[in-house]
Amino acid sequence: MEPVLALVVGGLYAAAIYMILRRSIVKLVIGLLLLSNAANLLIFTVSGLTREAPPLISAGLDAPVTPMADPLPQALILTAIVISFGVLAFAVVLINRAWHVVQAEDMDQMTGTDT
Amino acid sequence: MMLTAVLSGFVLAALAPWLFRGLGARTGWVLALLPAALLAWFASFVPSVAGGEVHVLQHAWVPSLGLQLSFLVDGLSLLFALLISLIGTFIVIYGGGYLAGHRDLPRFYVLILSFMASMLGLVLSNNLITLFVFWELTSITSYLLIGFNHEDKEARRCALQGLLVTVTGGLALLVGLVMMGLIAGSFELSEILASGELFRDHALYMPILLLVLAGAFTKSAQVPFHFWLPNAMAAPTPVSAYLHSATMVKAGVYLMARLNPTMGGTEAWFLILGLVGALTMLTGVWMAYRSTGIKRVLAYSTVMALGTLTMLIGMGGEKAAMAAVTFLLAHALYKGALFMVAGAIDHETGTKDLEQLGGLRRKMPVTAVVAVVAGLSLAGLPPLFGFVAKELLLEAVLARPGPGWILAGLVVLSSMLVVAVAAIVVLKPFFGALRETPRHPHEAPPSMLLGPAILASLGLGFGLLPWLAGQGLLAAAASAVYGHPVNISLSLWHGVNLPLILSALILIAGILLYFKWPRLRDWFNGPVALDQYGPEALYYRFTGALSNFAGWQTRVLQNGYMRNYLLTILLTTVAVVGYTLFSRLGWGWLPSGELDVRFYELVVAGGIIVAAVGAAVMRSKLAAVAAMGVVGFAVALIYVLFSAPDLGITQVLVETLTVILLVLALFKLPNFSRLSSRMSRLRDVTVGVAFGGLMAALMFSTLGVQFEPSISAWFLESAYTEAQGRNVVNVILVDFRALDTLGEIYVLALAAIGVYAMMKFRSQPAEGRS
Repeated sequence: MEPVLALVVGGLYAAAIYMILRRSIVKLVIGLLLLSNAANLLIFTVSGLTREAPPLISAGLDAPVTPMADPLPQALILTAIVISFGVLAFAVVLINRAWHVVQAEDMDQMTGTDT
Repeated sequence: MMLTAVLSGFVLAALAPWLFRGLGARTGWVLALLPAALLAWFASFVPSVAGGEVHVLQHAWVPSLGLQLSFLVDGLSLLFALLISLIGTFIVIYGGGYLAGHRDLPRFYVLILSFMASMLGLVLSNNLITLFVFWELTSITSYLLIGFNHEDKEARRCALQGLLVTVTGGLALLVGLVMMGLIAGSFELSEILASGELFRDHALYMPILLLVLAGAFTKSAQVPFHFWLPNAMAAPTPVSAYLHSATMVKAGVYLMARLNPTMGGTEAWFLILGLVGALTMLTGVWMAYRSTGIKRVLAYSTVMALGTLTMLIGMGGEKAAMAAVTFLLAHALYKGALFMVAGAIDHETGTKDLEQLGGLRRKMPVTAVVAVVAGLSLAGLPPLFGFVAKELLLEAVLARPGPGWILAGLVVLSSMLVVAVAAIVVLKPFFGALRETPRHPHEAPPSMLLGPAILASLGLGFGLLPWLAGQGLLAAAASAVYGHPVNISLSLWHGVNLPLILSALILIAGILLYFKWPRLRDWFNGPVALDQYGPEALYYRFTGALSNFAGWQTRVLQNGYMRNYLLTILLTTVAVVGYTLFSRLGWGWLPSGELDVRFYELVVAGGIIVAAVGAAVMRSKLAAVAAMGVVGFAVALIYVLFSAPDLGITQVLVETLTVILLVLALFKLPNFSRLSSRMSRLRDVTVGVAFGGLMAALMFSTLGVQFEPSISAWFLESAYTEAQGRNVVNVILVDFRALDTLGEIYVLALAAIGVYAMMKFRSQPAEGRS
């Protein structure tokens, strides 16, 4: 499955980059979200995929006896998901504010620093 | 002790502003005690050095790097150290009078004392690296002193010019010195001086020579780098007298003299130094004759002197070495005095233009006497020390076989003009009818008379009793330049010989040139604007082109469009990483072997791609957000399918919130309009696909590669036994890596504060807009 997900990540990156390069600030934010999904999926994939073995220690055991999914990348990705949500919330309010002030979402029109 | 002597100037410089607050107008006299004490201390070396001794004093600095603060006291460095502290004493006193009442006088003291200490360090250094450090320190203090009147744009421009020229040369010098140190295996001058053969026969002799000379020539204002020196006259006159005539500009000469036993004696050395020196000598004196500002005339005659010294060092030989050090001493004495006289004239009358000056001897009799004595020494007339130096110069040049005759002709020519220049500088302002000047002239204050008077009398004293300087100090200095003991005694009267006859000729021609000055000057300055083609014009064209280039590349690289920055970064990454990938692996990264895939997984994966493309192409904002939500939920599904339930849960929650937030925030906004052209969309698709392809290729190449054993096994083992948790991911987040999670919470809190602030102050600026 890893090669397939590698292609998916590649596709997500392509779409994300395309969106980030647009002049519309809304598209930029959507691009950023796609980018963070792509990055998370990348870490998840390259650390190895495991089916039906979540890193949970069964009741009554001190340590796992059967092989399990790698918990470390999961912990890192979990952090990244939450952080990217924080960034998004900030960006959305920023867009909203920019729209009210500049009346445009075209970044080429956001040239001044005084408004 | 030597370390204290060299560094004391820096210490006193740091204290000078406080001393000034307490002492006021007397500060100069008090500060001058330090250079005077240094003078006395250096003078105590004279008997032993004259006896042929060489002192090497060492202090450990960075022992692990083999760096030592070691100092070398031989005839050459002692001569320089004495001159620096002698003239320094009077300059500090003189500066107090010249700049009396100037609001930046304390800064002058700080800088001039720092300069003095740097210069002492330069000439006394026995280590090439410390020598270079002090060398650059003199450039920097010189920069600050030329730009002393920092509110004057012209002064700042001239200061920068001096700095750029000397520091560029300094850079070349550094490379040369490092090469020398590597070849000799030591950066100690005393060891390098002993290994001359090693350098002269080395394959890198020529590059080293050129690099070192680039440093020396820029510092000592040799053609074609001479132009910065007259511009340095923007500095207050005490600075010009000290740095730009008596000491700093001679640092290059010092270096060449110092390296003469090591690098000298070759054909290249003679050709380069002889040619450049002679050219500088003539250019300097010719420009001096053309100028009318008293400081410019003196500055150009300094250029001439520096050229003469370079030429003498290049010639090599016992006599030339002796002539060089004698001329150096004579020049420092009379030029220091004349500069201080020029400053006194400027200070009292308010003008530097020789055309506007005349008859000052009635108003400033003492200054006039000093000027006449120093001027006679400049002109090379008996019984002044300048005469002794000039006779020796002629003798040395005539003694050189072969090209000596050409050089002798050039020396005679330049000496004629020097006589005229001396007459211009001394006779014009002090004799003839008294002229109206912007200020009503009085005799200069004692602080401004002491220095020039003593320097001029020394010129007279050494002229009458040349053995006083010649037997001990100068012979030792010449030995250091020559590399072997020199035994030439100086005398005022050599009998009637060729140099004396030439001197008489020079005098007559010089006087004629003086009387023809106004006409000849106009003729020289005539229709041909040579300055347009000179090296200074080249300097301006170069600096202009440099700043144009800087402006151009700033406009190109810092163009303000984020997509251009991103494109640059992305394309560079694709090119560099892609090249590395293909050059290392070719197509070897392509996945091979059986594909372990289940149908429903493929459906989810395909869904992600379709939704991502949809999000990118939708015209409706809500549709784009929805498509993006599909991507997020499908990714959550992937997490769940591959044993990451926690990720799945979080992703679903976050994605839900994200979509709601986006919809709420954006639903008022109109649909996307086509902002960019078809071409740029095509370009961005290409870049995106290239980057996505690169990322996929990188992932292919890393699949199945495990460099280090994973630390995850430890987490799995310890999650329950150490942290009492069965969900290992949770345990990692809240226990093993709790500090990271704290940081994450902090980031979220910051974002929340930002959001709150923007919501709260929403309406204010919107109303102010028209």
